[in-house]
Amino acid sequence: MSDMPADPAGRAGYAAGHPPRVGFFTDTSVCIGCKACEVACKTWNEVPEDGLRLTGMSYDNSVGLGASTWRHVAFIERSVASGGTIPPEPPLLTGGLPVPPSSPEGGGPDVTGDIRWLMSSDVCKHCTEAGCLDVCPTGALFRTEFGTVVVQQDVCNGCGYCIPACPFGVIGRREGDGRAWKCTLCYDRIGSGLEPACAKACPTESIQFGPLDELRERAQSRVAELQRAGNGKAQLYLDGEGNGVGGAGAFFLLLDEPEVYGLPPDPVVPTRDLPTMWRHVALAAAGLAATAVALSLGRRR
Amino acid sequence: MVPEATFSSYYGRPVLKEPVWRAPDVPGYLFLGGLAGASSVLASGAHLSGRRELARVAKSGALGAISLSAVALIHDLGRPERFANMLRVFKTTSPMSVGSWLLAGYGPVAGAAALCDLTGKLPRAGLAATLGAGLLGPGIATYTAALICDTAVPAWHEGRREMPYVFAGSAASAAGGLGLLATRPPGARPARDLAVLGAAVELVAKRQLVSRLGGLAEPYEAGRTGAILRLAEVLAAGGMAGAVLGGRSRLVSALSGASLLAASAATRWGIFEAGMASARDPKYTVVPQRERLTRRARGAADGPGPPRGGPIG
Repeated sequence: MSDMPADPAGRAGYAAGHPPRVGFFTDTSVCIGCKACEVACKTWNEVPEDGLRLTGMSYDNSVGLGASTWRHVAFIERSVASGGTIPPEPPLLTGGLPVPPSSPEGGGPDVTGDIRWLMSSDVCKHCTEAGCLDVCPTGALFRTEFGTVVVQQDVCNGCGYCIPACPFGVIGRREGDGRAWKCTLCYDRIGSGLEPACAKACPTESIQFGPLDELRERAQSRVAELQRAGNGKAQLYLDGEGNGVGGAGAFFLLLDEPEVYGLPPDPVVPTRDLPTMWRHVALAAAGLAATAVALSLGRRR
Repeated sequence: MVPEATFSSYYGRPVLKEPVWRAPDVPGYLFLGGLAGASSVLASGAHLSGRRELARVAKSGALGAISLSAVALIHDLGRPERFANMLRVFKTTSPMSVGSWLLAGYGPVAGAAALCDLTGKLPRAGLAATLGAGLLGPGIATYTAALICDTAVPAWHEGRREMPYVFAGSAASAAGGLGLLATRPPGARPARDLAVLGAAVELVAKRQLVSRLGGLAEPYEAGRTGAILRLAEVLAAGGMAGAVLGGRSRLVSALSGASLLAASAATRWGIFEAGMASARDPKYTVVPQRERLTRRARGAADGPGPPRGGPIG
């Protein structure tokens, strides 16, 4: 049983009848690396081109999340020779649909020769305690009624503070534009009752959109299913409230440790420590004032 | 030395985004803001105790430094024409918001204090402005520590406890250094004392910060950044010695002041670069977090007193 998600929208001042908190559950065990999410996101949100290059990082050519990459599919090639055995193929996610017949070869889409593939579509986490939103000095970043975090582009002045405040390295400043950009969780679409473009385009339901409490329940049973099937490393990342960001609007089912996918293993929102920092700043400032005044007043000759 | 930890990453790519803040704008601002803020405190004391020359130097220095600061800060924005949006809201969760409001209050009073002194007009308003700037100055000099530490940048965030004292000491050293540089020795006495004391605080706090960081000390010690910070220590030590021993000589005094100013600037530059380096390398993000998780897991399993470190898979 998963705990009830925190209510950041309510805490931000939305009245009690505001919509439930929504988010993404990205089940990487069924990701096939098609990048439909990347394309759909760019198309719907009119996100500019983010570099057309061969990176040498498997099939990854968008490298990581940033100002112009709001969905990023990571490709990790695991050599079976060095990594030991191929774990059993994860059971298919049926979502209540009838189970399709298993493929005749027995091998699944993530096994090619002696390479095992890990693929994962990364996205903004829409944190309960969002560092980017906390530190934004202009109020350009705000909490929506859905509990998500969105940049108002007509307000952002490109100070760049949100960028190092994000423990996931999600938000970036766009070259030639000067403003900070990131995933809006398709604020315009969900406001009209549609699902976000990436989730809509995902052909395997690796990206699932919905009320966070429902997604969390679904994720719990899915990870249990995978572990029962022998995927010892299958784990939920950022589910529940007990993490350093107080829960996330986008959470993941991973088949290896988070850092393998480029995710921080124990992220903490920097503003959690800000009260302590202000206390030390106040002490240091008081010390400076007292010393300087005492020195210049005290020893008159 | 910390044993080389093994860790996983995604093709060696950084987990965090490196700040888009540029040099010299931002390290320059950290230095100039400190210089301005501490100069205003020094100016208040000098004004009240009748040290006219020192007061004038400190007030003019504060105005000059804060004017350059404003230029550097606006220049660093992605959309400089929208700088006024900084005053659209007030948020204590954002050190940059707090700092913007502090600057908006401090800049005009520091300016008024300097202009009244230089022109000799409106002496009462000048006194009020001097005291006002002196009151806000310590905030200007130290809030920048919270500004950089309230980020996920490992070398800054994990140095959060000591950073405000490093910055306060560095600011005092710079303001005192300016006083030494531009005031004749007898009147520069409070500037000298402030400079020496500030430099000492800066040195001790900086050492403490780095020593507490363990494996995260590396960005402060390695390569060009390490060289900048070692240069800062040499400059500070030289400036302190000169200020204490050669206090009667105008030349030695001025050189010591210049050396302390340079030391303060180098400190800010080095701290800035250390943070940038720690954001660029996933090692500094992943390894400490893994260690934290391991400690927590062992702590939960064995009770208190879990061992530190260990190889990271």
